[in-house]
Amino acid sequence: MTQSAVRPVPATPTPPGGHLLEVRDLQIEFRTNEGVAKVINGVSYHLDPGETLAVLGESGSGKSVTAQAIMGILDTPPAHIRSGQILYQGRDLLTRSEEERRQVRGKEIAMIFQDALSALNPVFPVGWQIGETLRQREGVSRTDARRRAVELMDLVKIPGAAKRLGDYPHQFSGGMRQRVMIAMALALNPKVLIADEPTTALDVTVQAQIMDLLADLRRDLDMAMILITHDLGVVAGVADRIAVMYAGRIVEHADVRSLYRTPAHPYTRGLLASIPRLDVRGQALSTIRGLPPNLMRIPSGCPFHPRCPYAQQVCVDEVPRDLALGEGRTSACHFAQEVRDDSAR
Amino acid sequence: MSEPSVAPQKPRSLAGDAWRDLRRNPIFWISLVLVVLVAAMAAFPSLFTANDPRDCVLARQHAGPSGGAIFGYDFQGCDTYSRAVYGARASLLVGALSALGTGLIALTVGMLAGYFGGWVDAVLSRVTDVVLGIPLLLAAIVLLKRVNSDSSTVRIAAVIFVLAALGWTTAARVVRSSVLTAKEQDYVAAARMLGAGNGRIMFRHILPNALAPAIVVLTIALGSFIAAEATLSFLGIGLKAPTISWGIDVDAGRVHMRESVTPLLVPSAFLALTVLAFIMLGDAIRDAFDPKLR
Amino acid sequence: MFRFILRRLLQMVLAFFGTTLIVYALMFAGQGDPIQALAGERPVTAAQRAYLTEKYHLDATGVGGFFYRYFDYLKNLLQGDLGQSLTGRQIGDILAAAWPVTVKLALIAMAVTVVFGVTAGVIAGIRRASIFDNSTLVLTLLVLGIPTIVLAPLAQYLLGVKWQLFPPTAGAEPSLYALLLPGIVLGSLSLATALRLTRTSVAENLRADYVRTARSKGLVKRRIVSVHVLRNSLIPVITFLGVELGNLMSGAIITEGVFNIPGVGFNLFRGIRTEDGPLVVGIVSVLVVVYLVSNLVVDVLYAVLDPRIRYE
Repeated sequence: MTQSAVRPVPATPTPPGGHLLEVRDLQIEFRTNEGVAKVINGVSYHLDPGETLAVLGESGSGKSVTAQAIMGILDTPPAHIRSGQILYQGRDLLTRSEEERRQVRGKEIAMIFQDALSALNPVFPVGWQIGETLRQREGVSRTDARRRAVELMDLVKIPGAAKRLGDYPHQFSGGMRQRVMIAMALALNPKVLIADEPTTALDVTVQAQIMDLLADLRRDLDMAMILITHDLGVVAGVADRIAVMYAGRIVEHADVRSLYRTPAHPYTRGLLASIPRLDVRGQALSTIRGLPPNLMRIPSGCPFHPRCPYAQQVCVDEVPRDLALGEGRTSACHFAQEVRDDSAR
Repeated sequence: MSEPSVAPQKPRSLAGDAWRDLRRNPIFWISLVLVVLVAAMAAFPSLFTANDPRDCVLARQHAGPSGGAIFGYDFQGCDTYSRAVYGARASLLVGALSALGTGLIALTVGMLAGYFGGWVDAVLSRVTDVVLGIPLLLAAIVLLKRVNSDSSTVRIAAVIFVLAALGWTTAARVVRSSVLTAKEQDYVAAARMLGAGNGRIMFRHILPNALAPAIVVLTIALGSFIAAEATLSFLGIGLKAPTISWGIDVDAGRVHMRESVTPLLVPSAFLALTVLAFIMLGDAIRDAFDPKLR
Repeated sequence: MFRFILRRLLQMVLAFFGTTLIVYALMFAGQGDPIQALAGERPVTAAQRAYLTEKYHLDATGVGGFFYRYFDYLKNLLQGDLGQSLTGRQIGDILAAAWPVTVKLALIAMAVTVVFGVTAGVIAGIRRASIFDNSTLVLTLLVLGIPTIVLAPLAQYLLGVKWQLFPPTAGAEPSLYALLLPGIVLGSLSLATALRLTRTSVAENLRADYVRTARSKGLVKRRIVSVHVLRNSLIPVITFLGVELGNLMSGAIITEGVFNIPGVGFNLFRGIRTEDGPLVVGIVSVLVVVYLVSNLVVDVLYAVLDPRIRYE
């Protein structure tokens, strides 16, 4: 057992100025008639100014719920935040009043959603919807709001922005609609942009365009970005760090390069192995066996153990802690070292 | 939004879930008991009253309760309660047969439109639109004015015919949309690939799916058909004496409400409770099957 | 938008011909004696017979004769000439006197529906599963389940005769106050339906994705509900109200009959009771036109309110 070689340490040392955004040990459950679903079970991650963090996981892994908790737009009930902190510029958002949280939304942290067609209000023109944020939050006049809306639509590269101001969401193509969403999110120059599966509903070619746009905007406007996705392919070119979520936990956390080269959690390894590779011929596509866990009855010990090729008795008995692997990497696996070593081979 | 997966431990059928919800719904039980009671009244009125509803003596006009006539006598000197009990038969007969007729038309139209699509769907849907656009009461007035017979069988048949001819549209739309959904299911494609003909696919595979929503709509419709029959009889163009109908008695009671109000209240209560029972029953079943809005 | 209206207008014209043809055919076709059919069981005087024969060109025969008479009837209908009732009065005059009363009654009913139904529906939709929501659900179920022929006499008896809060009948020149109780009775059904529709619509829209977006823009809750949610929720409600106004004007037969209000429905009620065929045909024809026009107005209204329809 080389386990003792890896000492459990705090996930990441906090830099002197503190992180821009930090989620600490967040626990959220959904209380329904059917029972209690433990959706988020001690998630911690952070975001520094100017960086892009990708949060990766299957649907149901809790990545969107965490983001909505950060935004403060979770429906409570059924959601119930049991414990944890969400620190923005060092202050805990969860202890603040609804009014204070509202001030943060859009202005400090903005969010874009997967399906822009349903996320935009169908009965108002897009120019009106972009301008509404400015009018309501900054008291900008109608005319100024309209001018600023055109600028924002130019910024996200919507052709003929001035002419399309009065068009309704359903008159745009999928990609253009997502650009409208982005323009709306950028209206108040937020410091953090949370993009929740921004390209999932789009065609592959359009996906790339939107990802490029997001990357450019993040750089040009000097924002930090949390990119939520289930698609490893989307992440590679854009993200600085990746947090992999499983059953409401971060199971692995690493910079993009290390994670792709030497995944240190069996789940990440499985995910990477299930990407079709163009450079290897005739190789059977591997899949992760089994199904994601029922969140009302999460398996004991390591929640991944029923699907894990490395599973031992210890995985059934003990919940693995985040093990630091150096360079800010962590992996919540009893056999993190072996997995990484296997990956390096 | 990615919902957390809250998959139940063992798969439960929609019907099983619905039944579990229904069992706990007091409105369901209350309305079911009422429906059974009215049905029993329609089938065996003599179990509920010993008096003959047509035994009317003018000398007893608006007399108080006596000898089994627990609600006294009406303007004609007939037993108010006994008439209300016997009124159940015509109401339920019209309601049930209209609903049955409606159901047959709706299933045929909805099934053909949904299954074959194309021009069949276009034509049938336009026809449905037109019929839906006809105000029911006005059309019923026009149609029933044509019926000059006073025979009670003819009048009952006419009312049933009119209500079924005008009332099938909503149910047809419901059937059509559930057929459209069922048609796309994999098992239907599988059945087709195995060489099943249109008829077999329609009856064995698609009909069962369309039936449940249609029955819900028809239960509610049954209640409104009973109300419609009473309204037409109230107006004097539906059923006519000697048929005993709540609508006729409500009208008679209304005219003499200043002298005695019980002959108005008793048939009114019977009618309202019956209509309510069917609407509540349909409502409860629909809520159980469509838990979206709870 | 223009093309949309044009298309609907054409549809309406078609529906108009279709419906009037059906009404006309049902009244006159295949009768042994069309005049006796119009008059029902009443004896027909020679003068009436002569008038009706001339009026409806009953001397022409066969299918050609039928269509000849149908177009004649249409022409008269469009010119506002509805002929005479069996009592010898011009049906046009009867309707002219009756319309203002019916419209007043319908507007009272509509006001009741909007003020109480829509408002309560919005509140119930926002506070779903609250005590308010559950009690409105039970109350509306009661209203929906009680037929007008029960509700109208009951209200008349309790509020008019027994407690004497309202005049039990309206009489020849009804005051606004006398129309209030019938208006409430007439509006109660629309009220219940409007309430349920509004509640469902608001509740559904509150869970729409665009509400989440509006929240993440940092808008105050009041604005999200009153601008974003309401603007969407009220589309089906306003459409329903439009259709309902048409219904209220043509559907007041029972209420006007029970409360003795000399409106259009009352005259139809009387026409049925006295077996006055021409009066019934005349009124029904006009009401069908009112109904069709109100449906057209509603369709246009819908397109104005919902951009997704407008630019189809």
